[in-house]
Amino acid sequence: MRAIKQPRGFSVLLIVALCIPPALAITGLASDILGGTRYFGSNPIKEGEHFLGRWTLRLLVVTLAVTPLRQLTGWNWLAKHRRTIGLFAFGYLTLHWIAYAFLDVQLDWTDLKKDLLKRPYIYLGMTALVLMIPLVVTSTKAMIRRLGRNWARLHRLLYVIAILGVIHYAMAVKKDLTDPLTYALMLSLLFGWRLSRWSRKATTAARTVGSPV
Amino acid sequence: MLIRPAADIRSSELTPEAAYWNRRDWLAAAGGAFAASALVPGSLRALAQGGSPVAQGTPYGLQPGDKPTPWEDVTGYNNFYEFGTGKEDPAELAKGFNPKPWTVKVDGLVKKAADYQLEDFIKPSKLEDRIYRHRCVEAWSMVIPWRGIPLADVLKRAEPTSQAKFVEFTTLFDPRRMPGQALRVLDWPYVEGLRLDEAMHPLTLLATGVYGRDLPNQNGAPLRLHVPWKYGFKSIKSIVHIRLVDKQPRNSWQLSSPNEYGFYSNVNPEVDHPRWSQASERRIGEFARRKTLMFNGYADQVASMYSGMDLRKNY
Repeated sequence: MRAIKQPRGFSVLLIVALCIPPALAITGLASDILGGTRYFGSNPIKEGEHFLGRWTLRLLVVTLAVTPLRQLTGWNWLAKHRRTIGLFAFGYLTLHWIAYAFLDVQLDWTDLKKDLLKRPYIYLGMTALVLMIPLVVTSTKAMIRRLGRNWARLHRLLYVIAILGVIHYAMAVKKDLTDPLTYALMLSLLFGWRLSRWSRKATTAARTVGSPV
Repeated sequence: MLIRPAADIRSSELTPEAAYWNRRDWLAAAGGAFAASALVPGSLRALAQGGSPVAQGTPYGLQPGDKPTPWEDVTGYNNFYEFGTGKEDPAELAKGFNPKPWTVKVDGLVKKAADYQLEDFIKPSKLEDRIYRHRCVEAWSMVIPWRGIPLADVLKRAEPTSQAKFVEFTTLFDPRRMPGQALRVLDWPYVEGLRLDEAMHPLTLLATGVYGRDLPNQNGAPLRLHVPWKYGFKSIKSIVHIRLVDKQPRNSWQLSSPNEYGFYSNVNPEVDHPRWSQASERRIGEFARRKTLMFNGYADQVASMYSGMDLRKNY
């Protein structure tokens, strides 16, 4: 594989870029709620909450796209940024939850409880949030070293989290499934890529074992 | 940009819209909107205030703290899937829609079935400005100054027969003019229905305008229903057909998800939507949630129509 070096300043640029959506969400919402502007339209709390939810999904897709992209292009330096993007995805998800619990439901405990117990799309979303916590906790260099092979296994949870996220989105929309289906399609492409690589690896391995060398 | 009168000016003292537009055209011709507004203090004030029309009309059932929702929100935040499923889609995608000429067919179990030109349909009644509360099934609400006529007026003129028990309404179906109908998110055309006593209720309004102006396209031009004690989707837009029938008509959202949307769809804080609570609502423009009121605050006027009914079953 070609070993292409990371372009200069990429790490900084990536972090700056990843800060833009939450910065827009926070300033836009603050201005709409406190100053009566309409950056997020007429119903800024709902719109801001959805904006953060959609960005969480986008970032999960990007996190899952890093490995296929690396394999396709040979840009192996991308690998070390996967963790950064994943951590930001958790940040977006936390903001999405804060917008839901604090601004939308406004900490009405009966409503929160009802939502959590009776509404599948809410508990699927909450499950995804909870499942991300062990991934965040084990994202330090020390934990990666300590967990060894199990680290990769544990972090495959991200596939489950992304699927839960898309189902949560599909169940939350009233009627128009275009957007959730677009995310579902992107996820299937990314999973399809991995599956085909694994099965190819498995068959090559089987052939190697079986061949009388 | 519009001239906004002070609140204490009576509507009879206002410049008629036609004269006013002439003046605006003249001002624009006289050297650009900004220069013109610098010359005319009134225009300058309008520019500073965003140039929105002022709410007018008789309040119906308004609660303490209810203020008309700003024009920008009333005309910029709409559920009108015929023009797209996003809240801001209708304002954009309905720009080119021409609601003139418009024909309304009234038929079914009536003695006087007819096709009317919209003007002739409205003319016999006196247009009224009424400020109503509006509650969407999605748990947001507005206060809207409608202009319209009681639906009962036109129904009485059509003379329903004794078999007529319900009224069925149909929205225009024309995918070339309503681009959202190309997407089959609902089974087009949109249909709605009311029981005859609900339709004849003096609060049930056939609206032709909002904020003292003709309905903007995104609000259901040129003719829509507003039933203030029911969730917003009952208030069907761009009506072309009113039919008196003897059986309960089908309605689009019930057809689409019968476990989530019913025929009656009366605002009821005690019966939740399967996916969210209906106990409270967000008033557009406000931060704190408000408690949702039974029949959206119109219980005194309408509750008797449903006495003895299980509102949990008849949601």
